[in-house]
Amino acid sequence: MSRPDPAETFRQEARDLLEALEQALLDLSEDHGDRELVDTAFRALHTLKGSGSMSGFDEVAAFVHDFETAFDRVRKGLAPISDALVRIALNAKDHVQLLIAEPGVHAAAGMPILAALHALVAENGVAAPPPGDAAMARPAKTVAEDGSASGWRVRFRLPGDAMAMGTNPLLLLEELRDLGPCEIVADDEAVPPLDDFDPLVIYLGWDVTLRADVPREAIEDVFLFLRDAMELSIDPLADERAEAGSDGADEPADVPVERAAPIKAAAASASKSGGASLRVAAERLDELMDCVGELVIAQARLSQIAGHSQDVGLSSVAEDIERLAATLRDTTMSVRMVPIGSLFGRFRRLVHDLADDLGKEVQFVTMGEETELDKTMVERLADPLVHIIRNAIDHGMEKPDKRLADGKSTCGTVRLTAVHSGAEVAISVSDDGAGLNAQRIRAKAEEAGLITPEARLSDHELFQYIFHPGFSTAQEITSISGRGVGMDVVKRAIEGLRGTIELTSKAGEGTKATLRLPLTLAIVEGMLVRVGDGRYAIPLSAVEECLELPASEVAGTSGRNFLDVRGTLVPYLRLREMFGTDAPPDLHQKVVIVGSGDLRVGLVVDQIIGNAQTVIKSLSRLHAGIGTFSGATILGDGEVALILDVAQLVSSAEQQQRRVSGRNLGIAA
Amino acid sequence: MSKTILTIDDSPSVRQLVALTLSTAGYSVIEAGDGAEGYEKATTNRVNAVITDLNMPVMNGLDFIRKYRAHPSSAGIPIIFLTTESDDALKTEARAAGATGWLVKPFKQDQMLAIMRKVVGA
Repeated sequence: MSRPDPAETFRQEARDLLEALEQALLDLSEDHGDRELVDTAFRALHTLKGSGSMSGFDEVAAFVHDFETAFDRVRKGLAPISDALVRIALNAKDHVQLLIAEPGVHAAAGMPILAALHALVAENGVAAPPPGDAAMARPAKTVAEDGSASGWRVRFRLPGDAMAMGTNPLLLLEELRDLGPCEIVADDEAVPPLDDFDPLVIYLGWDVTLRADVPREAIEDVFLFLRDAMELSIDPLADERAEAGSDGADEPADVPVERAAPIKAAAASASKSGGASLRVAAERLDELMDCVGELVIAQARLSQIAGHSQDVGLSSVAEDIERLAATLRDTTMSVRMVPIGSLFGRFRRLVHDLADDLGKEVQFVTMGEETELDKTMVERLADPLVHIIRNAIDHGMEKPDKRLADGKSTCGTVRLTAVHSGAEVAISVSDDGAGLNAQRIRAKAEEAGLITPEARLSDHELFQYIFHPGFSTAQEITSISGRGVGMDVVKRAIEGLRGTIELTSKAGEGTKATLRLPLTLAIVEGMLVRVGDGRYAIPLSAVEECLELPASEVAGTSGRNFLDVRGTLVPYLRLREMFGTDAPPDLHQKVVIVGSGDLRVGLVVDQIIGNAQTVIKSLSRLHAGIGTFSGATILGDGEVALILDVAQLVSSAEQQQRRVSGRNLGIAA
Repeated sequence: MSKTILTIDDSPSVRQLVALTLSTAGYSVIEAGDGAEGYEKATTNRVNAVITDLNMPVMNGLDFIRKYRAHPSSAGIPIIFLTTESDDALKTEARAAGATGWLVKPFKQDQMLAIMRKVVGA
């Protein structure tokens, strides 16, 4: 196994710290008085400085040191928190990120940021102290004392509790002996009678004659940690030597001083005890998931073989493996789950900056940060959500004066929530802005030839046209939205994640975009059905119920494909027709009712085979354009089954329904 | 038997560096991410010395030192604290709490080893 790279560890750590810093700064922009947030920000900076300098990121350490110095004044209450301060601090945070990403390139760019930061915190007239590196600083010493002598007399007495506090006097004496030959005499004057003797207390004092030409500093260093609490006198031996004549003069003076032995090259095995959690490279998780997918497929084959075999031993092993594979699959999937909060955090900055740029006041509220989703899903949700939030603030949110005129508070709210519902996660972005303009959408849709002027559509239906390619009602193109990347891209991205998106809006009250997503991308429970000779999988989470196709509908090709399900008319699709199947239909055809968003559609199939673990394999690029299928899976017998794209089927059924009702309208008119 | 050092730091990279330095020099290393975890490990393992950061979440270094010193197993165990502050007040406070010595960040590997030799021997 390779040794962890300290630089990489630092980068990961820095990412977390910078995120914590950003969160704290953004929270501070909402609540200027929260001391705890100031402390959090300060601690993040402090740790960043310490570990940066330790990991060799000197630029980062130097910059953060100045950053911290400035921020320290805030912490000490010498400078107030202001929006301006938060903005510059955020810039500084971004700069640190740059310094870490590309060392040696951006150092100069930091100066204006620091200057601005220092100017802000020094507003009350007292300039911030110039940053100086005081690491390993020692108290000033007089030059005269710095001279060395041929020897020293060192007398010392340690504080009584020194031993309890971890000081080992023997080691101190040994260290003195390392400096040169020593005569050590213990002073046992203060040792009490045995009854009063406490083994943890030091009663002895020492008188050491050190015959070595070492600087006084070297001796002081031995007592570095105790100097201010102990009795210590260090006197040059010079005069004593004069008295003693030749005594000691022939002693070697330059004993090699082993202050710092080189680190042994051979790396001893580190017995590091693991913490409660550990970081794992994301690719390894992906590999693991791939393996589990293959295992599930192999296991299905094994089960099938075991099912046909008379061998009891084989069946029991196959059952064990089935159970283990299921546990492994669930564990692996849970390992890949990450809270969506990490994503939400990023948006706070976006909202803050956007609102600033657009001159709007926006409060960003998040709920359900702890909701867990597959890692890949969280990553791929970032861009679509950014787009939706941008739209909400750019188009949805009104300027403060307009809001005031409408009787709303000047500060708008954008709410981002995530909740689990069954095998899905629902994420919604809602704002209390102006809402969608149904008239304008209608006009635009008619202009684009998407609907006829006669078509009667509910507002809700109209809103969904926003997802059509090239459909933008933004009257002016701002730098933020309306750049040609429309909601159709968002919709496609969400559908690529096998999710759905829906818009609801009320004029004057706001807009809400709701995304429904499966928990994971890799494996789903599917319902296996047969249409003609082919087998297909339908994601079980979309299946609502199964019915038999009534005899009255079997032959019916009236074009009115509606089924009466307990009083509700549900449109249905004949998959046999869609797939152009020649094989004779089964006598009793079945209808699988599937739901997507608020809509329900029946799918007519020949046979319902049962549940199946579906390991999703994406289709090749050549088949990317096929809307009806979202992927393929390998069945236990090695055959391939296509996975039906429910969202797509539902929307095509909806279009069919609209065509029919349109025709009927035409007849009526 | 090699001596066991407990390193407490909320920064994984510093912890890793300390652990690497010490284990390379032949010490056994136990790691903890904050004072509370450090206290737990210090009192349930046989440790020969503790190196702790001061500025940490959950339980900071000063509180750790006080709490650990109140536990009988800490008698005679050196505690070295890491600090980026050149602040003498903090040093005095940590000393009063029961720390044995300190090491100013950033430190070089041989500085740390010299300190360890000073307080626990080779």
